[in-house]
Amino acid sequence: MTSAKRKRGSVQEEQALRHRWDVSLNALALSVPYIAYLGVDFDRRGDELTAILPFQEKLIGNPFLPAIHGGVTAAFLEVTAVMTLSRHYLWERLETGELDLDRLDQGEVPRLPKTIDFTVDYLRSGLPRDSYARARISRAGRRYASVHVEAWQDDHTRLFAQATGHFLMPQKRD
Amino acid sequence: MMDKVNIARQFIQAIPHARDLGLELLTLEDGVSVISMPYDKKLVGNPATGVIHGGAVSALMDTCSGAAVMCHPTGPAGTATIDLRIDYMRSAKPGDTITATATCYHMTRSVAFVRVTAVDSDTDNPVATATGAFTVEGSI
Repeated sequence: MTSAKRKRGSVQEEQALRHRWDVSLNALALSVPYIAYLGVDFDRRGDELTAILPFQEKLIGNPFLPAIHGGVTAAFLEVTAVMTLSRHYLWERLETGELDLDRLDQGEVPRLPKTIDFTVDYLRSGLPRDSYARARISRAGRRYASVHVEAWQDDHTRLFAQATGHFLMPQKRD
Repeated sequence: MMDKVNIARQFIQAIPHARDLGLELLTLEDGVSVISMPYDKKLVGNPATGVIHGGAVSALMDTCSGAAVMCHPTGPAGTATIDLRIDYMRSAKPGDTITATATCYHMTRSVAFVRVTAVDSDTDNPVATATGAFTVEGSI
Protein backbone atom coordinates (compact mmCIF):
# COMPACT_ATOMS: atom_id res chain seq x y z
CA MET A 1 0.00 0.00 0.00
CA THR A 2 1.23 3.46 -0.83
CA SER A 3 0.34 6.14 1.63
CA ALA A 4 2.87 8.92 1.03
CA LYS A 5 1.22 12.03 -0.35
CA ARG A 6 2.79 14.59 -2.62
CA LYS A 7 3.77 17.76 -0.80
CA ARG A 8 1.40 20.59 -1.74
CA GLY A 9 2.94 23.57 -3.46
CA SER A 10 1.86 27.18 -3.36
CA VAL A 11 -1.44 28.25 -4.94
CA GLN A 12 0.42 29.19 -8.14
CA GLU A 13 2.38 25.92 -8.17
CA GLU A 14 -0.78 23.84 -7.72
CA GLN A 15 -2.53 25.73 -10.53
CA ALA A 16 0.52 25.33 -12.79
CA LEU A 17 0.67 21.61 -12.00
CA ARG A 18 -2.94 21.14 -13.09
CA HIS A 19 -2.31 23.01 -16.31
CA ARG A 20 0.79 20.93 -17.02
CA TRP A 21 -1.14 17.77 -16.15
CA ASP A 22 -3.73 18.59 -18.83
CA VAL A 23 -1.06 19.29 -21.44
CA SER A 24 0.83 16.07 -20.59
CA LEU A 25 -2.31 13.89 -20.59
CA ASN A 26 -3.58 15.34 -23.87
CA ALA A 27 -0.15 14.66 -25.38
CA LEU A 28 -0.30 11.09 -24.06
CA ALA A 29 -3.73 10.61 -25.71
CA LEU A 30 -2.49 12.05 -29.00
CA SER A 31 0.54 9.75 -28.92
CA VAL A 32 -1.90 6.86 -29.38
CA PRO A 33 -2.21 6.54 -33.18
CA TYR A 34 -5.76 5.13 -33.08
CA ILE A 35 -7.05 8.05 -30.95
CA ALA A 36 -5.46 10.47 -33.44
CA TYR A 37 -6.94 8.46 -36.33
CA LEU A 38 -10.48 8.75 -34.92
CA GLY A 39 -9.81 12.43 -34.14
CA VAL A 40 -10.92 12.19 -30.49
CA ASP A 41 -10.18 15.25 -28.36
CA PHE A 42 -10.51 15.71 -24.58
CA ASP A 43 -11.75 18.61 -22.51
CA ARG A 44 -11.35 18.62 -18.71
CA ARG A 45 -13.42 20.86 -16.45
CA GLY A 46 -12.60 20.11 -12.81
CA ASP A 47 -12.81 16.34 -12.40
CA GLU A 48 -15.14 16.01 -15.40
CA LEU A 49 -13.62 14.78 -18.64
CA THR A 50 -15.54 15.13 -21.89
CA ALA A 51 -14.36 13.29 -25.00
CA ILE A 52 -15.27 14.85 -28.34
CA LEU A 53 -15.49 12.97 -31.64
CA PRO A 54 -15.74 15.48 -34.49
CA PHE A 55 -17.71 14.06 -37.41
CA GLN A 56 -15.69 12.85 -40.39
CA GLU A 57 -16.80 11.16 -43.62
CA LYS A 58 -14.54 8.15 -42.95
CA LEU A 59 -16.48 7.33 -39.74
CA ILE A 60 -19.69 6.51 -41.62
CA GLY A 61 -21.00 2.94 -41.33
CA ASN A 62 -24.33 3.34 -43.07
CA PRO A 63 -24.10 5.62 -46.12
CA PHE A 64 -27.88 5.55 -46.75
CA LEU A 65 -29.03 7.14 -43.47
CA PRO A 66 -26.16 8.28 -43.12
CA ALA A 67 -24.98 7.12 -39.68
CA ILE A 68 -21.71 6.73 -37.78
CA HIS A 69 -20.30 3.18 -37.83
CA GLY A 70 -21.29 1.13 -34.77
CA GLY A 71 -17.68 0.07 -34.39
CA VAL A 72 -16.60 3.71 -34.26
CA THR A 73 -19.20 4.36 -31.56
CA ALA A 74 -17.89 1.37 -29.57
CA ALA A 75 -14.31 2.56 -30.01
CA PHE A 76 -15.18 6.14 -29.02
CA LEU A 77 -16.89 4.91 -25.82
CA GLU A 78 -13.97 2.61 -25.01
CA VAL A 79 -11.36 5.33 -25.58
CA THR A 80 -13.38 7.61 -23.25
CA ALA A 81 -13.63 4.91 -20.57
CA VAL A 82 -9.92 4.05 -20.73
CA MET A 83 -8.83 7.69 -20.73
CA THR A 84 -11.09 8.58 -17.77
CA LEU A 85 -9.83 5.56 -15.83
CA SER A 86 -6.19 6.20 -16.80
CA ARG A 87 -6.37 9.82 -15.65
CA HIS A 88 -7.83 8.72 -12.32
CA TYR A 89 -5.14 6.06 -11.93
CA LEU A 90 -2.25 8.28 -13.06
CA TRP A 91 -3.35 11.22 -10.89
CA GLU A 92 -3.22 8.91 -7.86
CA ARG A 93 0.31 7.90 -8.92
CA LEU A 94 1.26 11.54 -9.31
CA GLU A 95 0.02 12.23 -5.79
CA THR A 96 2.16 9.42 -4.36
CA GLY A 97 5.19 10.45 -6.40
CA GLU A 98 5.19 7.22 -8.46
CA LEU A 99 4.49 9.11 -11.68
CA ASP A 100 7.09 11.50 -13.01
CA LEU A 101 5.60 14.10 -15.41
CA ASP A 102 9.08 14.80 -16.86
CA ARG A 103 9.38 11.19 -18.01
CA LEU A 104 5.81 11.27 -19.33
CA ASP A 105 6.63 14.42 -21.33
CA GLN A 106 9.72 12.71 -22.75
CA GLY A 107 7.39 10.18 -24.34
CA GLU A 108 7.60 7.37 -21.82
CA VAL A 109 4.27 5.55 -22.05
CA PRO A 110 3.04 4.50 -18.59
CA ARG A 111 1.27 1.17 -18.21
CA LEU A 112 -2.46 1.71 -18.65
CA PRO A 113 -5.63 -0.24 -17.75
CA LYS A 114 -6.50 -3.07 -20.15
CA THR A 115 -10.04 -3.78 -21.31
CA ILE A 116 -11.37 -7.15 -20.15
CA ASP A 117 -14.83 -6.79 -21.63
CA PHE A 118 -16.98 -4.04 -23.05
CA THR A 119 -20.75 -4.07 -23.63
CA VAL A 120 -22.25 -1.46 -25.90
CA ASP A 121 -25.91 -0.53 -25.97
CA TYR A 122 -26.94 1.18 -29.23
CA LEU A 123 -29.89 3.43 -28.42
CA ARG A 124 -30.31 5.34 -31.68
CA SER A 125 -28.18 5.86 -34.75
CA GLY A 126 -25.22 8.21 -34.53
CA LEU A 127 -26.01 11.10 -36.88
CA PRO A 128 -23.36 12.68 -39.13
CA ARG A 129 -22.38 15.33 -36.56
CA ASP A 130 -20.04 15.76 -33.57
CA SER A 131 -20.40 13.34 -30.66
CA TYR A 132 -19.59 13.70 -26.97
CA ALA A 133 -18.96 11.14 -24.25
CA ARG A 134 -18.37 11.03 -20.51
CA ALA A 135 -17.46 8.09 -18.30
CA ARG A 136 -18.22 7.37 -14.65
CA ILE A 137 -15.97 5.04 -12.69
CA SER A 138 -18.42 2.78 -10.86
CA ARG A 139 -15.68 0.99 -9.01
CA ALA A 140 -11.92 1.44 -9.06
CA GLY A 141 -10.36 -1.51 -7.30
CA ARG A 142 -6.66 -2.33 -7.12
CA ARG A 143 -6.97 -5.10 -9.72
CA TYR A 144 -10.29 -4.53 -11.46
CA ALA A 145 -12.34 -1.50 -12.35
CA SER A 146 -15.87 -1.08 -13.68
CA VAL A 147 -16.70 1.93 -15.84
CA HIS A 148 -19.96 3.20 -17.32
CA VAL A 149 -19.87 5.57 -20.28
CA GLU A 150 -22.51 7.55 -22.17
CA ALA A 151 -22.46 9.25 -25.57
CA TRP A 152 -24.74 11.90 -27.03
CA GLN A 153 -24.86 14.42 -29.86
CA ASP A 154 -26.94 17.61 -29.82
CA ASP A 155 -29.07 16.76 -26.80
CA HIS A 156 -27.40 15.37 -23.67
CA THR A 157 -30.71 13.84 -22.48
CA ARG A 158 -30.99 11.77 -25.68
CA LEU A 159 -28.06 9.35 -25.49
CA PHE A 160 -27.26 7.52 -28.74
CA ALA A 161 -25.12 4.88 -27.02
CA GLN A 162 -23.98 3.75 -23.59
CA ALA A 163 -21.57 1.08 -22.45
CA THR A 164 -20.18 -0.71 -19.41
CA GLY A 165 -16.71 -2.16 -19.34
CA HIS A 166 -14.43 -4.02 -16.97
CA PHE A 167 -10.74 -3.24 -16.87
CA LEU A 168 -7.60 -4.84 -15.49
CA MET A 169 -5.51 -2.27 -13.65
CA PRO A 170 -1.72 -2.22 -14.13
CA GLN A 171 -0.04 -4.29 -11.42
CA LYS A 172 3.14 -3.34 -9.63
CA ARG A 173 6.14 -5.31 -10.82
CA ASP A 174 7.89 -6.61 -7.72
CA MET B 1 -17.76 -16.76 -59.22
CA MET B 2 -16.79 -13.27 -60.32
CA ASP B 3 -20.23 -12.14 -59.11
CA LYS B 4 -19.61 -13.21 -55.52
CA VAL B 5 -16.25 -11.46 -55.42
CA ASN B 6 -17.88 -8.32 -56.79
CA ILE B 7 -20.73 -8.40 -54.28
CA ALA B 8 -18.22 -8.82 -51.46
CA ARG B 9 -16.11 -5.94 -52.72
CA GLN B 10 -19.15 -3.71 -53.16
CA PHE B 11 -20.31 -4.48 -49.62
CA ILE B 12 -17.05 -3.10 -48.20
CA GLN B 13 -16.76 -0.26 -50.71
CA ALA B 14 -20.26 0.97 -49.76
CA ILE B 15 -19.23 1.45 -46.11
CA PRO B 16 -16.81 4.40 -45.81
CA HIS B 17 -15.40 3.28 -42.46
CA ALA B 18 -14.88 -0.32 -43.60
CA ARG B 19 -13.07 0.98 -46.69
CA ASP B 20 -10.92 3.27 -44.53
CA LEU B 21 -9.90 0.34 -42.28
CA GLY B 22 -8.88 -1.61 -45.41
CA LEU B 23 -11.29 -4.44 -44.59
CA GLU B 24 -11.42 -7.38 -46.96
CA LEU B 25 -14.47 -9.61 -47.16
CA LEU B 26 -13.43 -13.25 -47.60
CA THR B 27 -16.71 -15.14 -47.06
CA LEU B 28 -20.37 -14.03 -47.19
CA GLU B 29 -22.66 -17.02 -47.24
CA ASP B 30 -25.60 -18.54 -45.30
CA GLY B 31 -25.30 -16.32 -42.25
CA VAL B 32 -21.52 -16.69 -42.01
CA SER B 33 -19.14 -13.86 -42.76
CA VAL B 34 -15.33 -13.73 -42.67
CA ILE B 35 -13.59 -10.34 -42.86
CA SER B 36 -9.92 -9.51 -42.43
CA MET B 37 -8.26 -6.27 -41.32
CA PRO B 38 -4.62 -5.79 -42.35
CA TYR B 39 -2.15 -4.41 -39.79
CA ASP B 40 -1.94 -0.63 -40.05
CA LYS B 41 0.15 1.72 -37.89
CA LYS B 42 -2.74 4.21 -37.69
CA LEU B 43 -4.75 1.64 -35.69
CA VAL B 44 -2.14 1.15 -32.96
CA GLY B 45 -3.42 1.53 -29.40
CA ASN B 46 -0.13 1.27 -27.55
CA PRO B 47 2.72 3.18 -29.19
CA ALA B 48 5.25 1.38 -26.95
CA THR B 49 4.32 -2.08 -28.23
CA GLY B 50 2.62 -1.47 -31.61
CA VAL B 51 -0.43 -3.50 -30.53
CA ILE B 52 -3.69 -2.69 -32.40
CA HIS B 53 -6.30 -0.78 -30.35
CA GLY B 54 -9.25 -2.81 -29.06
CA GLY B 55 -11.59 -0.26 -30.65
CA ALA B 56 -10.38 -1.16 -34.15
CA VAL B 57 -10.99 -4.84 -33.36
CA SER B 58 -14.51 -3.87 -32.20
CA ALA B 59 -15.15 -2.06 -35.49
CA LEU B 60 -14.01 -5.15 -37.42
CA MET B 61 -16.22 -7.47 -35.35
CA ASP B 62 -19.25 -5.16 -35.61
CA THR B 63 -18.91 -4.97 -39.40
CA CYS B 64 -18.43 -8.74 -39.66
CA SER B 65 -21.50 -9.38 -37.46
CA GLY B 66 -23.67 -7.07 -39.56
CA ALA B 67 -22.48 -8.84 -42.72
CA ALA B 68 -23.40 -12.22 -41.21
CA VAL B 69 -26.96 -10.96 -40.57
CA MET B 70 -27.23 -9.56 -44.10
CA CYS B 71 -26.26 -12.87 -45.72
CA HIS B 72 -28.62 -14.98 -43.61
CA PRO B 73 -30.86 -17.15 -45.86
CA THR B 74 -34.00 -15.25 -44.69
CA GLY B 75 -32.61 -12.24 -46.56
CA PRO B 76 -33.11 -9.18 -44.34
CA ALA B 77 -33.16 -5.85 -46.15
CA GLY B 78 -31.22 -4.06 -43.45
CA THR B 79 -29.76 -4.38 -39.97
CA ALA B 80 -28.40 -2.30 -37.10
CA THR B 81 -26.58 -3.28 -33.92
CA ILE B 82 -28.79 -3.37 -30.79
CA ASP B 83 -25.98 -4.47 -28.49
CA LEU B 84 -22.54 -5.96 -28.71
CA ARG B 85 -20.53 -7.47 -25.86
CA ILE B 86 -16.83 -7.83 -26.59
CA ASP B 87 -14.41 -9.97 -24.56
CA TYR B 88 -10.74 -9.16 -25.04
CA MET B 89 -8.67 -12.29 -24.48
CA ARG B 90 -5.21 -11.09 -25.45
CA SER B 91 -3.26 -8.50 -27.45
CA ALA B 92 -3.04 -9.11 -31.19
CA LYS B 93 0.51 -9.73 -32.45
CA PRO B 94 1.91 -6.48 -33.95
CA GLY B 95 2.18 -6.82 -37.72
CA ASP B 96 -0.48 -9.55 -37.99
CA THR B 97 -3.67 -9.31 -40.02
CA ILE B 98 -6.73 -9.81 -37.79
CA THR B 99 -9.51 -12.01 -39.17
CA ALA B 100 -13.04 -12.10 -37.80
CA THR B 101 -15.56 -14.88 -38.38
CA ALA B 102 -19.18 -14.13 -37.53
CA THR B 103 -22.12 -16.52 -37.44
CA CYS B 104 -25.74 -15.42 -37.35
CA TYR B 105 -26.89 -18.46 -35.36
CA HIS B 106 -30.50 -17.47 -34.70
CA MET B 107 -32.97 -15.24 -36.42
CA THR B 108 -36.48 -14.15 -35.47
CA ARG B 109 -38.73 -11.79 -37.47
CA SER B 110 -37.22 -8.82 -35.65
CA VAL B 111 -33.96 -9.86 -34.00
CA ALA B 112 -30.77 -11.58 -35.23
CA PHE B 113 -28.30 -13.17 -32.80
CA VAL B 114 -24.63 -13.27 -33.74
CA ARG B 115 -21.40 -14.74 -32.37
CA VAL B 116 -18.04 -13.55 -33.67
CA THR B 117 -14.41 -14.49 -33.06
CA ALA B 118 -11.27 -12.57 -34.05
CA VAL B 119 -7.86 -14.21 -34.48
CA ASP B 120 -4.36 -13.24 -35.66
CA SER B 121 -1.77 -15.69 -37.08
CA ASP B 122 -2.20 -17.86 -33.95
CA THR B 123 -5.63 -19.06 -35.04
CA ASP B 124 -6.11 -21.40 -32.05
CA ASN B 125 -6.11 -18.56 -29.51
CA PRO B 126 -8.72 -15.87 -30.20
CA VAL B 127 -7.73 -12.24 -29.72
CA ALA B 128 -11.36 -11.35 -28.93
CA THR B 129 -14.85 -12.76 -29.13
CA ALA B 130 -18.18 -10.98 -29.12
CA THR B 131 -21.89 -11.69 -29.06
CA GLY B 132 -24.47 -9.31 -30.39
CA ALA B 133 -28.13 -8.72 -31.06
CA PHE B 134 -29.10 -6.98 -34.30
CA THR B 135 -32.30 -5.52 -35.69
CA VAL B 136 -33.90 -7.20 -38.71
CA GLU B 137 -35.42 -4.78 -41.17
CA GLY B 138 -37.71 -5.39 -44.11
CA SER B 139 -37.53 -9.18 -43.97
CA ILE B 140 -40.03 -11.02 -46.16
